[in-house]
Amino acid sequence: MPIVLIVAETQPDGGLRKASLNALTAGAQLAKAAGAELHAVVLAKDAGAVAAQVKDYGVKVVHAGSAAHLEHGLAEALAPAIADLAASIKADWVGAAATAQGRDTLPRVAARLNAAMATDVTGFTGSGADVAVMRPMWAGAVIAEVKLHTPVKVFTVRTTEFPAAEKSGGGEVKAFAPAAPKLPTKHVEFKEVKSARPNLTEAKVVVSGGRGTKGDFKEIEALADELNAAVGASRAVCDAGWQPNDLQVGQTGKVVAPQLYVAAGISGAIQHLAGMKGSKTIVAINKDPEAPIFQVADYGLVADLFKALPELRTAIKAAK
Amino acid sequence: MKILVTAKRVEDPESKIKVKPDGSGIVPEGLKYKINPFDEIAVEEALRLSAAHTGDVVVVSIGTKDVHEQLRHALAMGATKAVWVNHTGALDQLAIARLLQKVVEKEKPDLVILGKQSIDDDQNQVGQYLAEFLGWSQATFASKVEALDSDAEKNKQPGLKLTADKKGLTVVREVDGGLSTLECSLPAVVTTDLRLNQPRYASLPGIMKAKSKPIEELTPAALAVDVAPKLTVTKLSSPPARKAGIKVADVPALVEKLKNEAKAF
Ligand SMILES: Cc1cc2nc3c(=O)[nH]c(=O)nc-3n(C[C@H](O)[C@H](O)[C@H](O)COP(=O)(O)OP(=O)(O)OC[C@H]3O[C@@H](n4cnc5c(N)ncnc54)[C@H](O)[C@@H]3O)c2cc1C
Ligand SMILES: Nc1ncnc2c1ncn2[C@@H]1O[C@H](COP(=O)(O)O)[C@@H](O)[C@H]1O
Repeated sequence: MPIVLIVAETQPDGGLRKASLNALTAGAQLAKAAGAELHAVVLAKDAGAVAAQVKDYGVKVVHAGSAAHLEHGLAEALAPAIADLAASIKADWVGAAATAQGRDTLPRVAARLNAAMATDVTGFTGSGADVAVMRPMWAGAVIAEVKLHTPVKVFTVRTTEFPAAEKSGGGEVKAFAPAAPKLPTKHVEFKEVKSARPNLTEAKVVVSGGRGTKGDFKEIEALADELNAAVGASRAVCDAGWQPNDLQVGQTGKVVAPQLYVAAGISGAIQHLAGMKGSKTIVAINKDPEAPIFQVADYGLVADLFKALPELRTAIKAAK
Repeated sequence: MKILVTAKRVEDPESKIKVKPDGSGIVPEGLKYKINPFDEIAVEEALRLSAAHTGDVVVVSIGTKDVHEQLRHALAMGATKAVWVNHTGALDQLAIARLLQKVVEKEKPDLVILGKQSIDDDQNQVGQYLAEFLGWSQATFASKVEALDSDAEKNKQPGLKLTADKKGLTVVREVDGGLSTLECSLPAVVTTDLRLNQPRYASLPGIMKAKSKPIEELTPAALAVDVAPKLTVTKLSSPPARKAGIKVADVPALVEKLKNEAKAF
């Protein structure tokens, strides 16, 4: 039987990255279409605990690779471990969530397997050996149907297009010990941007600010706190250093699809829309009635954000 | 320090991309072309490093003769010489990385800087493929600690820093949840993110000088690379359009819609 292998990612704190649950759903969909069985791999200094967690999500086998050199998630460390495992279990597909680590590592895995690769897969079509993948191109202006013609096929998953996997019975955990390659790269440090707010890619509500804020995010943050929302930003904001890079929503930043997305002082360039147009409800607040953001907004308010945001927060508080 | 950079020809990010009715491609009329914005950042970074440590910057582009425009752009910014891999037709990331591998083996740079992604294919793969094919260290999504309006940026300081023994490169990267710092041993492959630098404009003397700088021509055959696509795009379509929304008159009207129609809270 063909095998789909999903790489489940661990976070710097050692826990399972939630995006991997979305990748497991994609893996299950692919396995169904391709008539394959679903495996997962967890790689960490000690992969045991996360592997025990992953095995409950409809996975036949979780391969738990533990080794000291995997600690910082370097691509040069992860890629051989994944590729060697894929070769030994004869995996036909190898996938992961399109997180920073997934994007960093999976092409290196593909290179080792001499495999073609599709990034940011949004769906699968066809069946058996004929499965093709769907993926966005040109900042989401185009959806492409793509065929991979190598024996092993590699992909990353756009997590907003697949719901998080739910627990559905336990598989088996198989431990293995990946050999340590000579690493040409050294991890120096990870500077975490700490925030008490929900994670941007996981939040049900996102309040984003653009250049129109002139860097003053007080009202954006206050509304976010009222709605228990994550804060997002346009490229202009991150480029100016007003907010951390990690908050950039768009083609080359984070892709989000919350229940509610509020864009304030954001013009709505295609590169920004690429990261948020899958949101269920979009609210735009912009003082320019011609701003392109209004073309995707369910509710558009032509107003000065410094006046509208406090009013909105007070009114929501009163209406709750 | 010899640095090799890439310059892909892509549609201008301001262009409106439309799919042909039969799904076979995008409508070419009215499109403008540019150097991939991430590659322009790569060229800028290479120029800063070579200014700080002396050395040559070689720029490579793969495609039809049209890519001379992008090569000349990089030469006008200050690159020393250009390599054109002449090929007409579709290329996948696997083939591009194999071609670049061969060019790297010929040119023997200490560092290769590419864009993290091309804004047409949005694949985000070539740098990583290349690093693995070469067996080199990689640092994707290179950024820096300083903001783009900092003094370091105004003084055109490189964001990538050579280590004291000059055998390594310290790279700050944009990753999920913050910034990670790696030390790559050279030779290495780096891919750029948006906040690594603000590319310079080509000066008029730069543009004049670029006209006489050499462009070496190579072909996949000469490099002995089989470029038959292993990834094919079988069909293009437009994403589903969002249904048109409404403009609300004021904040109370917005809150009413959010509460009763969208059930957003
Ligand atoms: C390669 C590449 C990649 C990119 N990737 C991304 C990406 O991932 N994400 C992204 O966001 N962008 C990205 N961009 C940039 C994108 O093209 C736009 O430049 C950017 O999104 C603009 O940000 P903005 O809307 O905040 O600023 P602007 O376009 O300057 O818009 C500011 C808006 O604020 C409004 N405004 C001003 N003052 C007020 C006020 N007081 N009240 C209300 N409204 C006000 C104005 O009317 C205007 O519409 C990318 C560009 C390139 C070339
Ligand atoms: N045809 C090409 N010529 C030169 N460089 C390329 C070409 N295609 C891709 N690249 C490089 O590879 C990077 C990543 O591209 P991609 O993996 O296609 O998103 C780009 O930023 C370029 O630097």
